[in-house]
Formats: sequence, C-alpha cells, structure tokens
Amino acid sequence: MRRTRERLLAVALVSPSILAIAIFVYGFIGWSARVSLSAWQGLLPNYAWVGLANYAQLLRDRRFQIDMRNTAIFTGLFLAACLLLGLLLAILLDQRLKGEGLFRSVFLFPMAISFIVTGVAWRWLMNPATGTRLSGLNLLFHNLGLDGLVSAWHTTPPPWGIAFIVLPAVWQMSGFTMALYLAGIRGISDELREAARVDGANELQIYRHIVLPQLQPVTLSAVIVLGHISLKIFDLIVAISGKDIRLDVPSIYMWTITFDANNFARGAAIGIFMLVAVSLLIVPYLSFSGRTEEGT
Amino acid sequence: MTLRRLVRPLLYLLLLLLAVFYLLPVYVLLVTGLKSFAEVNLQTMWNLPSGLHLDNFREAFDKLWPHLKNSLLLTLPAAGLSAALGSLNGYVFSKWRFPGADRIFGLILFGMFIPYQSILIPLVQFINSIGLYGGLPGLILVHIIYGIPITTLIFRNYYATLPTEIVEAGRIDGAGLLGIYRWLLFPLSLPGFVVVLIWQFTSIWNEFLFAIILTNPSHWPVTVALNNLAGSQIVEWNVQMAGALLAALPTLVVYVVLGRYFLRGLMAGALKG
Amino acid sequence: MGKRTWLAWALLVALIASACGPAATPAPGTEGPAGTEPSAGGGEVEVFSWWTAGGEAEGLAAMVEVFNAEHPEFTLVNAAVAGGAGTNARAVLATRLSANDPPASWQGHAGQELIGTYVAAGQIQPLNDLYEAEGWLELMPETLIPLISQDGNIYSVPVNIHRANVLWYNPEVLAANSIEVPTNAEEFFAAAATLQAAGLTPLAMGEAWTAMHLFETVLLGTVGADTYNALWDGTGDWNSPEVTEAIEHFAAALDYTNSDASTLTWDQAAQLVADGDAAFTVMGDWAEGFFKGLGLTPMEGFGWAPAPGTDGVFQFLSDSFVLPVGTPNPEGSSAWLTVAGSKAGQEAFNPIKGSICARTDCDPSLFDEYLQSAMQDWTTDVVVGSLTHGVVANDNWKAEINTALGLFLADRDVAVFQSALATACAATGACQ
Repeated sequence: MRRTRERLLAVALVSPSILAIAIFVYGFIGWSARVSLSAWQGLLPNYAWVGLANYAQLLRDRRFQIDMRNTAIFTGLFLAACLLLGLLLAILLDQRLKGEGLFRSVFLFPMAISFIVTGVAWRWLMNPATGTRLSGLNLLFHNLGLDGLVSAWHTTPPPWGIAFIVLPAVWQMSGFTMALYLAGIRGISDELREAARVDGANELQIYRHIVLPQLQPVTLSAVIVLGHISLKIFDLIVAISGKDIRLDVPSIYMWTITFDANNFARGAAIGIFMLVAVSLLIVPYLSFSGRTEEGT
Repeated sequence: MTLRRLVRPLLYLLLLLLAVFYLLPVYVLLVTGLKSFAEVNLQTMWNLPSGLHLDNFREAFDKLWPHLKNSLLLTLPAAGLSAALGSLNGYVFSKWRFPGADRIFGLILFGMFIPYQSILIPLVQFINSIGLYGGLPGLILVHIIYGIPITTLIFRNYYATLPTEIVEAGRIDGAGLLGIYRWLLFPLSLPGFVVVLIWQFTSIWNEFLFAIILTNPSHWPVTVALNNLAGSQIVEWNVQMAGALLAALPTLVVYVVLGRYFLRGLMAGALKG
Repeated sequence: MGKRTWLAWALLVALIASACGPAATPAPGTEGPAGTEPSAGGGEVEVFSWWTAGGEAEGLAAMVEVFNAEHPEFTLVNAAVAGGAGTNARAVLATRLSANDPPASWQGHAGQELIGTYVAAGQIQPLNDLYEAEGWLELMPETLIPLISQDGNIYSVPVNIHRANVLWYNPEVLAANSIEVPTNAEEFFAAAATLQAAGLTPLAMGEAWTAMHLFETVLLGTVGADTYNALWDGTGDWNSPEVTEAIEHFAAALDYTNSDASTLTWDQAAQLVADGDAAFTVMGDWAEGFFKGLGLTPMEGFGWAPAPGTDGVFQFLSDSFVLPVGTPNPEGSSAWLTVAGSKAGQEAFNPIKGSICARTDCDPSLFDEYLQSAMQDWTTDVVVGSLTHGVVANDNWKAEINTALGLFLADRDVAVFQSALATACAATGACQ
C-alpha cells in the first residue's frame, strides 16, 4: 500500500520533466520529422506531402556526402584524441607531483571558454599563410627552427583539412576527460595498487592491468558527453573557417539551408537524418549499459 | 628508485610542454586584446603589445556590461533550478525504480542529441504562445528543460554510488520518498551539485543560439553582445579579443575557485558511467 | 586555498578595473526604451538590421538622429544583430515572423533577396503610395525601380547604393612591375603572370563569399550586361559557351589568388593589397572606407577601376528597409521609411557608411573623391544587380549556387560546376 503510494509519488516527481521532454524534445522532433516529409521552401509553411524525396535528395547530394565524411573523421579523431590525451594527463597528474593543482587548473580552464572564442583564437593560431606573411603557429615553428612542422592546417586539401579542427576541440575538452579519468583513477583504492606493488608489479603493469580496466565505465560516460558535442559541432568550425564547404558538417549545412536559403524541409531532413544516425549508435550503448547495471 | 628520480624531471618537462599548449591561445587573446588597432596584424601576432592599451577593455566592457548583468540573471537561476530538478530526477531514477523507469531515462537521455537548429521554429512559437518570448524567464525555462538530460544523468550516476542501505535505513525509520531525500540524500549531494552547477553554469553562460533567438535586445546575454562587437564588415580584433576575455572571466572564476570541488564531485561518482 | 582564492580575486579585480574610467556613450537604443511612455501616435519603433559596428553602425546612428529629430514622438529601438551578411539576423527574423511578431522594419538587400523571400510569403507590404507621396519615383534611378519591384509593386526603400564590380589595386606595385591597370581579361591575365613571376600574389581573395563576389564580376565581365541579365531573368542559357568561358576565366583567376584565401576576411585580403603583398583585389566599394581607414591616399596608396571587362556597367547592391505586414506600429514604420528615403536621412547615412545615396539629388560635396565618381557612374552606367548581395537571385537559388561554387573551389571541375549552375536555375531559379 505504502509502496504503491510511494511509486506514484516517484512518478509524480519526475513527470514534469517527462512532460517537458515529451514536448520540447519529442514533440518538436515530431514537427521536424513532419516538415522533413513536406515541400516547405520559403517563409510560408507548406506541409504538402513529398514522402522521402528530401532524404533521397540528401543521399545524392555531394555536399552532404562531404558532411558525412567530415563528421566521421572529426568525431573519430576527436574522441580518440580527447580520451588519450585526457588519460595521459590524468596519469601524469596522478603521480602526485608538486604543483598538481596548478597544472590541473591549466588543463581544465579551457572548458570555461565558449567554442566561439576558442575558434577565434585558434583561427589566428592555425593561419596557413606562407612566405613573408607567415603567421600563427607556423611563424612560431619557423622562429624555433621547426620548419618541418609548418603546415596548411585546416586548409589542407580534403579530406584531411577537418582533422586540424580537432586540435582546438581537443584543447577545449581534454581537460574534462582528464578530470573524469583522474577522478576514476583516484577512486581506485590505493590498497589495491599497493598490494600489486608488493606482489612485484611495476607501475606500468599496474596501470595496464588494474587501473585501465576499471576506467571503462568512465570512458563510456566520456564518449556520451563528448559524442553529442562532436556530432553537433557548429560554432567552432564557423568561427575558424566561415562556411567553407570543404569543412562543412551537417549542422552547418542544416543552418545555411534553413536560414540562409529558407528551405525548411531539407533542413529538417538533415536534422532527422543526424538523429537517426546518432540513435543507431546510442541506443545499443544505452541498452548495453542498462543490462550491465541490472546484472550487478 | 633512481629511475624514479630520472623520470620525475621528464614528467615535469612533459607537463610543462603540455601547459604551454593549453596557454598559447590565451596568450594570443590577451596580447591582441592589449594592442592598439594599428598594431593588430597577423604577422606580428606573437609580439608583445607596445603598451597596455586598456581602453580596448574599457570599450569592450562598456558595450558588454549590461549584457553581463543579463547573463548573470540568466545563468544563476537557470543553473540552480536545473541542478535542483536534476537532483530530484536522479534520485528517483536511481533509488526508486518504477516500471519502465530505465526506458524513460533512456528517452530523456536521448534528448541531449537533438540538433537545436532544427527545432528553433516550434520552440519560438511555443514560447511565444505561453507569453515568455523576449525576456529572460523564457530563456531560463528553455535552459532548464534542455538541461534535464545531462543533469539527470550526472545525479543518477552520483546517487547510484550511494548505497541503497541508506534508503532502507530511512524507510525503517519511517521516512517516505521525500523525507529520505530531504534528510538523508540531499545532505550528501554536494559533490553532485558542484559538478552539475559548474557544468550548467558554463554551458548556459556560453550558449549563443537560444540566447539570440529567444530574447529582445535589452535582454541579450553577453554571448550575443560579444558577437555584435565583431560587427558584420570590419572586425576590430583588439576590442573583440578583449571582449572575449571579459566575457569568459566569470566562468574562469568559477573554474579557478571551484575546480578542485569539481574533481571531488567527479571522484564521488558523478559521471562514473 | 590561499593561492586559488588569490587568483580568483585577481581575476575579479581585473574585471572591475576594466570598468573604471570614463564610460563611453552606449550605442543608441541598445539599452531599450527604459520607462518611456508611449504618447498618442508614438511608441516604439523596432528596427532590425545587422549594422552593429564600424562605419555601418555609425551611419545608422546618424540616420537615427535624423529620425529622432523629425519624429520625437517615437522611440527607436536599434535591434541590430551581427553576423556575416546578416545570417544571424535573418534566422532571428524567420523565427519571429513564424510567431507573428515582426519588428517595425528590417534591413534587407534590395532585390530578390527581399522579394523572393518576404513577398512570396506575404510578409511585406507594397510601398507605391509612399513613393508617390514622397516623389521618389522621380528621384530614384529608373533602372533601379524594376529591380526592387514585383508586378508593379515596389517593396522596399533603398537607403544606399554600393558598387560590387570594383578592382582595387596598389599603384606602387603596378608601377614597380610596369603594369597598366587591366581593362579586360587578357590584360588582367598578362599582368597576373608578370606579378606571379615577380613573387607577388596577383589577386587577393578572402573567404567563401568573396569567391562568389569575384565570380559574379568575372561572369559579368565575360558575358556582358545583356547576357548577364538574361541569365538571371530566366531567358538566358546557363549551358552556353559564354558561361563556360566565364567559368574558365574564373578558374584561371583563382590560380592567381593567395593560398590562404579561405582563412581571410575580405578586409584582411584587402590588407594584402594595402601592404603591397598583392596587387589586386575585387571587392565592393566598401573597401574604400577600409583603405582610407589605414591612412592611404586615394590614387596613391590605393587605386580603383571597374573590374576587367565591366567598364560602363554598374553592378549594384543596396541596403533597404521594408514595411512588414502586421507591423506593431504602422505609423512608426512609415515614419522610419520616410526618413530612410529622405534627402536628410540618406545624406546623414551614406558619407559615413561609405556608399552613395539611392536618391539622385544628394549633395556631392558631402562625399569623397571615390564616392563622387561613383555617383557620376551611377547616373550614366548600365545598372545590373549583384548575385552575392541579393539583387538578382533569391535566397534559395543563391544557396544552391553557393554550394556549387564551394564544390568548384575544391575540385575545379568546370563542366560539373556549369551543369550545377544550370540545374540550380531550373530547380530553384528563374529558369523554371
């Protein structure tokens, strides 16, 4: 009796959130899906049914193919670099060196800055001008005698230009991954590591066999948070390269087609397409983690 | 042990090099922000300014100040309320399983992935229809709602690390769902709140899209004003970068002051998967 | 905690320190009409634009002063939002219009950008009555009126006129390399080859939209005004050999541009010319304000000429204001439009902005050397519209061209680009 009442109370507590999400997420997605199946072009709503024509056009669209390729490269590199760099920083800081707090602040503070500001600063740093107009990091490398590092940065011909955009993104978010991993590492009891040391394991083996396996759930959390940032990346790229099509990603295409071209139907199709693609990746994760939790 | 002594300086060197990587962009922002307009030049970007041209900061500040106030009025309530809501949600989802809870949680989490550009039109229509368009309350509401997934996730993970025995013990003492929250779990929630507040403060403070779409000019947060500093034709980079630094100061303060609590919160299990 | 708190306080002090000192006057109207009482026939007039900084903002402020002097019963709210070519402003506008909450007036590029978007959606009103009342039909150039009308209805009040087909050059660089200012494609490419051999960048270009700007002037210069107009009104053939030649010229010109073009804004590209790193740049005449701002003397530090092949043709763009359907303040909107089209308003705005009046009766002595020559050309040249700046193509069509152009910049495939242009015209343009 009490149990049922408490169950009802529990549901009542979360129902405002459920209602809000139902409207603001799923209601609006529903609207967007409906628009993606219509012929709405121009500022006057036009819900004339066209079936999957917009999606078919999208798959044939050369620009969208570039978008997909760029997203794949960017997301893959961004996740890998953030996780690896974050892990490296966490391991370094775990060594209990002096000044740990200061270093930690230095690695963490980029998170405080918006992607737009990061883009503005890195636009200057990644300037690809050559010869007498050398600038940015190229100029620094040249002055330090490291001419081998001078590159065209994000103006590298496709498909690798987008890879250089990973640099400011990692600069901004690796501190977050570092904090996650450091918390995860520090959460592993010292006795466990001490016992291993007594058994003769060296530091490297301890990290490899004891620490890293325990960090898997942290990695999955990081992937979720970083993943949604990376798939929706917009401000950073626009701040660095304007709307250069060679560095186009779906969110930029969606913006320009919706608000610069007033083609709401095709813009909605891009949005829904991205959502479906994301759910194909996320739903398995969620059900996997749900199952593992029930198993424990 | 001698290996350790050799390795330590190397570790410091590595950390220092990495620190340089992280500080380079700030150097660029700061140095350019202190230059006069005539000095701003891509080829001399690494050079120190000829003098401390604080008038850039003054000019940026004059244009940004009213909007900095708006940002504070927006971010503090929005972060606080979304943290409170996330805490309640996380509590329910981690300690009070009802049928379908996991599925619903998954559906809520999925909300993190929607591209906001694609829902701007219905969002504006809805907010306008409930009379909240143009001012800060509407924007606060929107940030609270779209913050539900991440705040719920963080708190759910955090409360999951707290043993269920606490709930059981509270039950035995006769407390109900709300009572257990208020007397037992809420006092233990500080690390979770720190992580959520820091995350939400940063996200909301730096957000541009909703800010520009949902507010009138007098209610613009600082992100919109900063964008307007740039202008649409010629950009005064020195003022722009000074403005960027000013706009980032509050979040920087939050990170500097609360950084170690952020870490403690994470250690306490706030995002342990 | 000591070090940390100290650092935090230092940051806070920095924030406060930058606030000390004499406060600059805030931009007019950005604070909002705090506490004004709307009088009868008064109230707020919210004007939407993307003029937020520099000469644009100052010009707008000057025009607002004229408005405030002539119409003290209204309070003008300056709702300017920055973003290249108004991309942010238009997004905000689209959402507001979808919620039936238009401002009292907004800025738009005269021509298809306004007509194709807002007239098609029934969101702006014809202004023929206003034009008659103010006598603008006689005062605005004949060739302009059809370009801002549809079915005999005039839809906007142009405030200024800019010229897009201007070739800016560095006279010293040309003199040092014994080059005359090129008047057609052959001369241009010959000059470019010489300059490249000398280690200079012949043609400075910036990010994506400046490439479209270059393309439209090359197109105009290659096919001529008549064919150019035909391409945009649907009677021309995008698959014709003339267009092929134009694209080939464009590709050749691209070969002479700086490799870091996509990372430069238009003014950073113009800086290359000012510094002598490049010889030419093709840009609208707002570049003049930039060169003068650097302290350069006209015809000594910088020079101008019609883009190669376009002598006698004035490729224009115009910023204009509209009358929304369902405006919250009909009298206020009319008052603003009247000022925008008035001699006093345009004479206040244009010299500061660096453009010429849309009206033909503005006082030339208020304008500098270049602008006076532009005023002269405006009355004598053949007038055609700009693509990049919204005159000849509506937003949807222009976006298709933009995508095709972006892809062309990546792969330089002339045939693919040409067929994409033809498809764009047929699918979203006037060739339907």
